[in-house]
Amino acid sequence: MTTGTTTGTETGTTPSDTILAVERLSVDFQIAGEWTPAVKDVSFSVAKGEVVALVGESGSGKSVSSMSVLGLLGPNARRRGSIRFGGTELLGLDEEALRAIRGRRIAMIFQEPMTALNPVYTIGEQIVEAIQCHEPVPAAEARARTLELLKKVGIPEPERRMHSYPHQLSGGQRQRAMIAMAVSGSPEVIIADEPTTALDVTVQAEILELLRRLREDLGSAVVIITHDMGVVADLADRVVVMREGQVVEEAPVTRLFSDPRHEYTRKLLSAVPRQQPGEEPEADAGDAGGSTTLRVADLEVEYPGRLGRKGFKAVHGVSVTIEKGKVLGLVGESGSGKSTIGRAIVGLVRASAGSIEICGQDVTSLKPKELRGLRRKYSMVFQDPGSSLNPRLSIGDSIAAPMIVNRYADRRAVQQRVLDLLDQVELPTGWADRFPHELSGGQRQRVGIARALALDPELLIADEPTSALDVSVQATVLRLFQDLQDRLGFSCLFISHDLGVVELLSHDVAVLQHGRLVESGPARDVLRDPRTDYTRRLIAAAPVPDPVEQAERRRLWREMAG
Amino acid sequence: MRRFLVRRFGQAIVQLLLVGSIVFFLARLIPGDPARAALGDAATEEQVALTRAAMHLDEPFLGQFLGFWARLFQGDLGTSMISGRAVMQDLPSRIGNSLELVLLALAVSLVVGIVLGRIAATRADKPADHALVAGSIFGISLPVFVVGTLLLLVFAVLFPILPPRRFTSPWEDPVAHLQILILPVVTLAAASCAVITRMTRAAMLETLNADYVRTARAKGLAEKRVIRRHALRTAMLPVVSMTTVELTTLIGSTVLVETIFGWPGMSSLLMNAVGQRDYPVIQAVVLAAATIVILVNLVGDLAVRVLDPRAEDN
Repeated sequence: MTTGTTTGTETGTTPSDTILAVERLSVDFQIAGEWTPAVKDVSFSVAKGEVVALVGESGSGKSVSSMSVLGLLGPNARRRGSIRFGGTELLGLDEEALRAIRGRRIAMIFQEPMTALNPVYTIGEQIVEAIQCHEPVPAAEARARTLELLKKVGIPEPERRMHSYPHQLSGGQRQRAMIAMAVSGSPEVIIADEPTTALDVTVQAEILELLRRLREDLGSAVVIITHDMGVVADLADRVVVMREGQVVEEAPVTRLFSDPRHEYTRKLLSAVPRQQPGEEPEADAGDAGGSTTLRVADLEVEYPGRLGRKGFKAVHGVSVTIEKGKVLGLVGESGSGKSTIGRAIVGLVRASAGSIEICGQDVTSLKPKELRGLRRKYSMVFQDPGSSLNPRLSIGDSIAAPMIVNRYADRRAVQQRVLDLLDQVELPTGWADRFPHELSGGQRQRVGIARALALDPELLIADEPTSALDVSVQATVLRLFQDLQDRLGFSCLFISHDLGVVELLSHDVAVLQHGRLVESGPARDVLRDPRTDYTRRLIAAAPVPDPVEQAERRRLWREMAG
Repeated sequence: MRRFLVRRFGQAIVQLLLVGSIVFFLARLIPGDPARAALGDAATEEQVALTRAAMHLDEPFLGQFLGFWARLFQGDLGTSMISGRAVMQDLPSRIGNSLELVLLALAVSLVVGIVLGRIAATRADKPADHALVAGSIFGISLPVFVVGTLLLLVFAVLFPILPPRRFTSPWEDPVAHLQILILPVVTLAAASCAVITRMTRAAMLETLNADYVRTARAKGLAEKRVIRRHALRTAMLPVVSMTTVELTTLIGSTVLVETIFGWPGMSSLLMNAVGQRDYPVIQAVVLAAATIVILVNLVGDLAVRVLDPRAEDN
């Protein structure tokens, strides 16, 4: 028996095609002396040359299952069941035999290439090491092959880059180096664990294209672990959906998207932020009064260099305005200056030129004392709710803090307001005494939103507020955010790299590249009918959770990439 | 890298100038007349005047300062007020003896500490690890003078394997020199060995869980190689930085060790000079010790720089 046994299976592979078969795999971790199950009775199989996606949210067991294959889980893990590779049973295989398979016949690509590559060796040394540990080739030959591999994965100037340390490369180049290392042994199976999660969407598109090409060249099967339905639609032939350590559905990619059978799959798909036709944010939401809440004009931000050295200009003459009650989406890749603009508006970094008017007052020219009165009119929601809440304060105290600092009201009124706010962000009012570590990521971000709303601000700066959250959690937080914005009518600068999220929430969109404003206008116009190449590329690079539409996007992207 | 070298060497030179100046001013901060203080109340005015001239105290202040530096650059650290010998006659061999102890102790504690730390980290939470952690707490907690006295008691008195004997230089009799070297080096190394064991263990526990170690395993490397080349090598970065601090501590502890074992190093020179208010000697020893510490830090920073490619671009 070599095919999967889960209900609803449509593998379409015959036993002779199967290269990797996971059967009734269970993994437990020993935590504080107790065995805690992480993966329960998981079965799936991978045919030669096939791309299988393992999809699920954090804690679904998708990474644990894939790491089990090569026995990389560490001494506190216990595996049961069967993992067959070709004719070999991998579970219980001795270390020596397993090492011959690792890297050579089954290779892995990891999520964050910055930490997955050793910082003290050059990428050339690390690839040479991978080659030499399986084949006793002379150093010169190993280096020549490394150079070949670096060329193959599209690293520019491979002769020079071979001698670069990981920190000297960009994120995309690092991941290419990681892939070069993985394919150095021409493996039959490549396991890629969230290979593009740490990358910008344009770089992600390139890396996925590279994986697809390598799969064709080498004929390797690919197991890709991801939480991103767009990536699945882009690359996968077959999809295994996991939840809480179990497989809930397995299907060919087109069937999964067109006719998801399990309730959880449907929920996962509907959670992906996508603009449904006819439910765009209303253009006249909030007050139609037309007063301007935020007017940023010719903003420049320069980070000073050290002692006489040239500084780094992160923002070059950016101008944006937000009318009362409107949401402006600020999009761009990492390093585009979008977070810096947000930080400049709330005063966390200094504007070196230009003006920032909030409710008609220029905050760059105000004295600290005058600024104090204005500060209650704007607030910020941060990206990572885990680190932006003080772990020693109860969430009630965290929410009360801005009110106490600004002498908003007496103690009792503040307490009442904290309960109101908890209610508004749909958390039980009884939770005021709880601490951040007792909350989930999504619940913490609700607290972050409640704190930002404490003083009833006119303007909210939200810096990637949902990018650290699982997609289904993100969906509920975004819905909450939309409700609150509708109800309370605050203006918002919504900073995000996710075009889907921005399209869902924003009335207007501004696109940034290298600190410059590339394009701005009503969200519909900019995202449906972009005027600049950069925006077009950005949109084409963002994968959509629909294999048919995504194939079309991919074709467009290839045309643009030339 | 060049930029860094220029800056770091520049820093070291500024530090040396500062230390020299501080030493110069310290001698002049003694209330009253240093010459009088040194000679005691019984000295006659003539004797005091002579000493003042010998110490260049009769010159104008700026002249004294410049003269101090000019003589320093010529290698003239003054003349002992007690023995009448030039300080430079005794100081180099004393420094040599002290450095021999300190550097040997450092080498021993690095080798032993890293090996033990690696053993503890790779057997984390197993009996070997527990024993090593307990042992290192012991090593850190015991003061140098207790360790030294205990070792003397056991190995020189109860079981006279290494009986105390007169100091013999390695050129005279290498074997005898080695015999008298063992106990002071072990005493000195005990604490820093424990510190380095703990440092290595902690750093390796971290690197063993690092993503790049998992990558190394996924490549198919043998476990031994994974540990040596990936986990241990990267764990050495914090250990090297820590070692510079440890070396400074060792230089401090050697004062006690030399006294316990009658080792003719810098410290006995210093102790005697302090007891006899021999200011030129005190100045010279303080200056020498400070210079060594500054140079050690310089070497440590350079080593970190060489070992960690990331340091270059920050």
